[in-house]
Amino acid sequence: MSIQTDFQDRIEENELLNCMRCGFCLPACPTYIETQNEVHSPRGRIALMKAVRDGEIETYEQVEESLNVCLGCRACEPACPAGVNYGHMLEEALAIFNEHHQPSMKEKAARRTAFNHLFKNQKRMEQATSLLSFYQKSGLQKTTRKLGFMKLFPKHMQQMERVLPKMSKRKREPEAHFPAVGGVKATVAMFRGCLMDTLFRETNRSTIQLLNEAGCDVVVPDTQGCCGALHGHSGEKSGATDLAKKNIEAFESVDCDYIITNAGGCGAFLHDYDHLLQDDDEWSERAKAFVSKIVDFTTALVDLDFTEKSLNIENHRVTYQDSCHLRNVMGVSQAPRQLIHAVSGAHFIEMKKADHCCGSAGIYNLTQPEMSMQILDHKMESMMETNATTIITTNPGCLLQMRLGIEREGLTDSVRAVHLADYLLEALNHQ
Amino acid sequence: MISDSFLNRLKDILGPSHVDHSEAGLLTYAYDATPNFQSKPDVVVMPGNTEEVSKIVKLCLEHEVPIVPRGSGTNLAAGTAPTQGGLVLLFNRMDQILEIDKENLTATVQPGVITQTICETVESQGLFYPPDPSSMKISTIGGNINENSGGLRGLKYGVTKDYILGLEVVLPNGDIIQTGGKLAKDVAGYDITKLLVGSEGTLGIVTEAILKLIPKPEHKQTLLAVYQSMDQAAETVSSIIAQKITPATLEFMDQPTIGAVEEYAHIGLPTEAEAVLLIEQDGPQAIVENDIEQIADICEKHGALEVTIAETEQEANQLREGRRAALSAIARLSPTTILEDATVPRSEIARMVQAINQIAEKYNVGIATFGHAGDGNLHPTCMTDARDEDEMERVEKAFEEIFAHAIECGGTITGEHGVGEMKSPYLAWKVGERGLEAMKNIKTAFDPHNIMNPGKMFAKDTKKRITI
Repeated sequence: MSIQTDFQDRIEENELLNCMRCGFCLPACPTYIETQNEVHSPRGRIALMKAVRDGEIETYEQVEESLNVCLGCRACEPACPAGVNYGHMLEEALAIFNEHHQPSMKEKAARRTAFNHLFKNQKRMEQATSLLSFYQKSGLQKTTRKLGFMKLFPKHMQQMERVLPKMSKRKREPEAHFPAVGGVKATVAMFRGCLMDTLFRETNRSTIQLLNEAGCDVVVPDTQGCCGALHGHSGEKSGATDLAKKNIEAFESVDCDYIITNAGGCGAFLHDYDHLLQDDDEWSERAKAFVSKIVDFTTALVDLDFTEKSLNIENHRVTYQDSCHLRNVMGVSQAPRQLIHAVSGAHFIEMKKADHCCGSAGIYNLTQPEMSMQILDHKMESMMETNATTIITTNPGCLLQMRLGIEREGLTDSVRAVHLADYLLEALNHQ
Repeated sequence: MISDSFLNRLKDILGPSHVDHSEAGLLTYAYDATPNFQSKPDVVVMPGNTEEVSKIVKLCLEHEVPIVPRGSGTNLAAGTAPTQGGLVLLFNRMDQILEIDKENLTATVQPGVITQTICETVESQGLFYPPDPSSMKISTIGGNINENSGGLRGLKYGVTKDYILGLEVVLPNGDIIQTGGKLAKDVAGYDITKLLVGSEGTLGIVTEAILKLIPKPEHKQTLLAVYQSMDQAAETVSSIIAQKITPATLEFMDQPTIGAVEEYAHIGLPTEAEAVLLIEQDGPQAIVENDIEQIADICEKHGALEVTIAETEQEANQLREGRRAALSAIARLSPTTILEDATVPRSEIARMVQAINQIAEKYNVGIATFGHAGDGNLHPTCMTDARDEDEMERVEKAFEEIFAHAIECGGTITGEHGVGEMKSPYLAWKVGERGLEAMKNIKTAFDPHNIMNPGKMFAKDTKKRITI
């Protein structure tokens, strides 16, 4: 099979033709705004995919480069009058290129470690992060910083190293059930995610506590794993499919009204499982049932009147950076803002272009460091215009990227970035 | 095809990073928003100033290479599709607002500025640039000038040409000229400013423009009225104007559009209704309130089933939602969407909409119509599939008949999208053979070697005029 025939078989012509090239996606696309080049715009990428399909382009490297520079933030989708499913086409195209690739030995090894090893297996992820924990706690971190060992790495990697969260001492609770406080309004199952469950375990605990306070019985199925988003976005489609099936099975084993996520990136990928498994007779219906239960924690909290609670943090200026996938794929943009508004003492200042990607985009900030940092620097300019001292996000990647931005601007003493769940718990406890 | 020496000289003028002839680059500048006109250019260039533009033009003249000036490529008549190859000229490095002059109420801008950026910038200073084409979020002012773009506020405020006071232009021989100025009155010679506005890149390249600004209206109010019949809605429009009220916007949607919008957005529009009017007025608060009250009365008198006046900006947004979603709703129904802009005198709207619906039925094609009722600018929008040759033939016939009908009613083949290549075979229908000849003579006088956007505006052959 050639790349062209794969495009013909797997990327629907109707979907490509649905793009009427009106250009309404251009102002929504962060990479077009940065480059002012149609090659790095959604309509350009769709034209290139169509050209591959129709045999109108020979230099596939240029097409791949264009797709790799795409953040996958999907801000073009809500902007599109014709409702083109850009994200699905992007993932399929990346998967096809990936399958036809002869990657270098080094790249192969790195991918194998990341995708087959680390993200696929929760235990390995834990071991890897306990190494990180050891490194942070042992003083080794200080030593290496002092020795300037990290200077050998690109600058933004060094900064990244500094903003990684401190590992929690807390072990994951063995019990998988957290009862509601007061009357039970709903039974929900929590999707814990891999990054959220390791680097951000405290945030998961906060989320569960908030849900309990809002009247939810929370169960956490133990056999769940990584959502597969990083695989899917990087063209590792079969890995993503395996993980999807594993998760669907894990959540079928519990009886719940909703499946709650607290990371926009994971939530959006779970939300797309029905698309991922649409051609699989055994799994397509099960995927649909799973998807119908996916709800972001902010939507759940608003629906359960959490905004009526007494929430307070002393006077401060706060702003919110949208998680692209929460906003553009799950369609959630108002609930997080409503929750922040419910905190007395919070002066909410809407940041200019809060709905534009911060440049984190999964592992984009590692694969496309230059573009990622350019986008981040513009994001920080808008952030600083708000004079906020707290930046709130709803996704671990965005959170790390915001911390990286704060570090790059030298604002670590005056500005903090927090996950909305931790912020709300702080406001709830602050009585 | 262009030669290596031509490419090298371009790189000498602009620097290699501003000359793109990569396969992907050429492919992604091969089209605009018009279906079925894809054609690759030979090179894409990004000049940084007027002198560079002039040097490029001289080089292209020497080698007889076509030049296609392109803003953001949102044209709907293939005006910016490089159908004869050649050089695509971009303005993304000439994208500055150079000055806002509060004494003379003007803004001086480079062609690559996004229209919405101009609007937001001047409004933050209490001023107003009224032309608001639907693509203003991404269209450039250079593109708007070359297409003489309209918009929703055309009825009360006019269109782009009414706000261009002066231009800097690179002529097809490379000369740089200034036209007009920060002047309300200027009769020194031919009005080349107005000639260049709407010339679709066929006479020269706009490299700077002086825009006229007005004070920003202090207040705005929005109203939505639903009708059982198109005639009642049309009578309402005529009656509002007869009462000497000029609303800022006066938009309408027909029955097929209402059906599509309701199916897509579920905003509670009665799908059996034949027409919806969205009306906005702006100005001093007392006058706006008085006008809107009168308009509501007129709507009711003419049999509106429902009249809703927005109390808050949020409610106004909800009322606008339907009209705003019109294109999206229709575009989702089929792979290919063809958006036209036949325009008739305001008094002929009901007749024209009826005719469009009959023509759609006759040729068995799906057409929904919405648009600017206040200025007679309709958007009959065809839902089709470019791969279905038989249907595309019927679509073309239907549009031909729509054009003929519009002209019959005293209207035109295009109100705001331009002639481009797509409508060039029909231009003579509107302007006549003698009129076309006069236009061709102007073109030849400016551009004897036909290097500026060739193939646009003037077709090889005029389509045989159909009679109704």
